[in-house]
This record gives sequence, structure tokens and C-alpha cells, in this order.
Amino acid sequence: MRSAPADLFLTFAKIGLFTFGGGYAMLPLIEKEAVDNKKWITDNELLDVVAIAESTPGPIAINAATFIGKKVGGFIGALCATIGVVLPSFIIIVAVSYFLEAFQHLKIIRYAFWGIRAGVLALILMALWSLFKKSRKDIFTYLLMAASGVAVLFFNVNAIIVISVCAVIGIAALRVGGKRE
Amino acid sequence: MIYLELFLTFFKIGLFTLGGGYAMLPLIREEVALHGWASAEELINFIAVSESTPGPFAVNIATFIGRTTAGIPGALCATLGVVLPSFIVILIVSKLYDKFRKSKLVQGAMSGVKPAVIGLIAAALISLGKQVMFPDGYFVSAATFVSILIFIVTAVLAFLKKNPILLIGISAVAGIVAGYAIGL
Repeated sequence: MRSAPADLFLTFAKIGLFTFGGGYAMLPLIEKEAVDNKKWITDNELLDVVAIAESTPGPIAINAATFIGKKVGGFIGALCATIGVVLPSFIIIVAVSYFLEAFQHLKIIRYAFWGIRAGVLALILMALWSLFKKSRKDIFTYLLMAASGVAVLFFNVNAIIVISVCAVIGIAALRVGGKRE
Repeated sequence: MIYLELFLTFFKIGLFTLGGGYAMLPLIREEVALHGWASAEELINFIAVSESTPGPFAVNIATFIGRTTAGIPGALCATLGVVLPSFIVILIVSKLYDKFRKSKLVQGAMSGVKPAVIGLIAAALISLGKQVMFPDGYFVSAATFVSILIFIVTAVLAFLKKNPILLIGISAVAGIVAGYAIGL
């Protein structure tokens, strides 16, 4: 049997290598590897990880890798799992960036990316729509959405300031309104 | 120093990316424009590459911007920066995660942050869209017309839950065909 840190590293490298799009796309694979195969965590714990990931900074894949690594192998385990999940994309992106640099002057590549840019805007719109669908449907939520968009678009307010102010408003609303559900 | 700048900038982006995935887009757009690391067009090219390669979107885009700005050491610094906040926070939270999950304070803060992120992504989409589709103001050229057409078709396919990589492939082919046809 492999040592826990090596096992964590290799398993999360596999997860990192075989998930495209990141985020929730990784969950089925994490479930298969960490819950079913390795029995590192239970299904319920995985749900907890997702809940935590939603309210902590950073990509869900990193959060899950760090959490599971910590649980199985302490700090070293967390380190190995996190490096494992990041390393495949790191290597691939570095390779792709050199490849693109070498070929970006070609007309066909420039045309391809010109088309791709319109497609990416559609992908962002789709991501926006699915976040919107999942969000709470009340006037408080809609007001914050509109105010944040307007603040950035028309008044050039820094995104970090918008996020921080809205976090404070959320906490204040909880105190004032009590149960808003 | 560029390495420190990349590390700190992506640390900040990692720290304030709440809600995952495209939540980091508004922050990245702001920082990248501020530091002059990429134009709007390059940023969207990066997003396309990040979507069509394995791994978390945030890591991919940090690696890409770090690499093109300051080589492989730059890629390392940016990637380390974007990963470190989540790593540290999870190490802290994992001990008291039940408390964290049920914390009224966290729930309250997230009830404000989630809508903010939606508003911010919408704003980023509008400003990137404006720069990419209407580079010369609102003059509608043949290129703008084709861009809008590709956008509409891919948006419909996206709503039909088609694979993002397929969508990127289709828009690449459309771009090549239209590019040669109208001689951009």
C-alpha cells in the first residue's frame, strides 16, 4: 500500500487531470475516488465540504482537496492533495501558453480566437444565469444584485469593496430583519 | 518586483473569490486591466483556454496570466497566490467546520455576497462584451454582426446544456470560416 501523502497526491492529480471546467464538474469524480474507492470521507462529509466551499474563498476543487487531505494525512496530507489537484493544470497551461505564443500570429488562429471570444461571452452568460436561478428570490437579493452591477459599471467601484460592503449589509439585514426566509 | 506583484494580486483575487468559478472574473478583469497584464480580448482568450483544459478555472487562468507576464516563475507565483487563501482558510475551518457551517454570521455575510457576485459578473460581462463586440464604438461592421450571430447561437446551445468545449470548438470553426469569408 502507498503511503497516505503519496496516495493523496496521485488521487488528486488524477481528479485534476480528468475534470474540465472545474467547480461542480469535479464533484462526481471526487465522490467516486474519495468516497467510494478510498473511503477517505463519507457522502455526508462531502456535502459538508461543498457547503463550506461555497462560503470560503477559492475554487471548490482546492477547498475539497485541502479538506480531504487534512482529514486523511494532516498538514502534509493537505499539502499533497492540494499540489496534486493543481499540478496537472499547471503543466498543461504552461505548455498551451507556449504553443499559443508560437502560433498566435497565424491568420487561422487569430480567426479561431475571434470566433471563440463570442462563444466565451455566451458561456459567461450561461454561468450568470445558473447562479441567478440558484439565488434567493426576494427584493433584498435583487436590490443588492442591481446595486453591485451599477456600482461597478457606472461608478467604477472596486469589486472587493462591493463584495465587502454587501457582506456587511447581509449581516446587518440578518440582525435587523431576523428570519428573512 | 513582478513576481511579488503577481503573487500578491492573485492572493487578493483568491481571497475574495467567494462562490467559485466565474465569481473571480470581475476581480481578474479589474486587476488585469489595472496592471496592464492583458487586454479584454486576451483575457477572453485565456478564459477559452481555461475552459477547454483540465483543472479548476481559477488555477488555469492564474497560471496562464503568470506565465505570459513573467515566464514559468511568474506562473508559479500567480498560481501559489490564488491557491493559498483557500488552503489556509480550509485548514483553519476544517477543525470547527460544524460551527462554521451553522454560523449565523457566515450565513448573513453570504446572503449579501451571493447577490453581489451575480451583479459583478453581469457588469464584467457587459464591459467585456462591449470591448470585444464593439471595439470601434457602436459602429456595426460585418465583423460585429458575425460576432453577435456566433454569440446568439452559442448562447442557445449553452442553454441546451451542450458541453462548453463543444461550444468553443463551434465558435472557433465559425470564426475561421467567417474570418476568411469577410477577410477581417
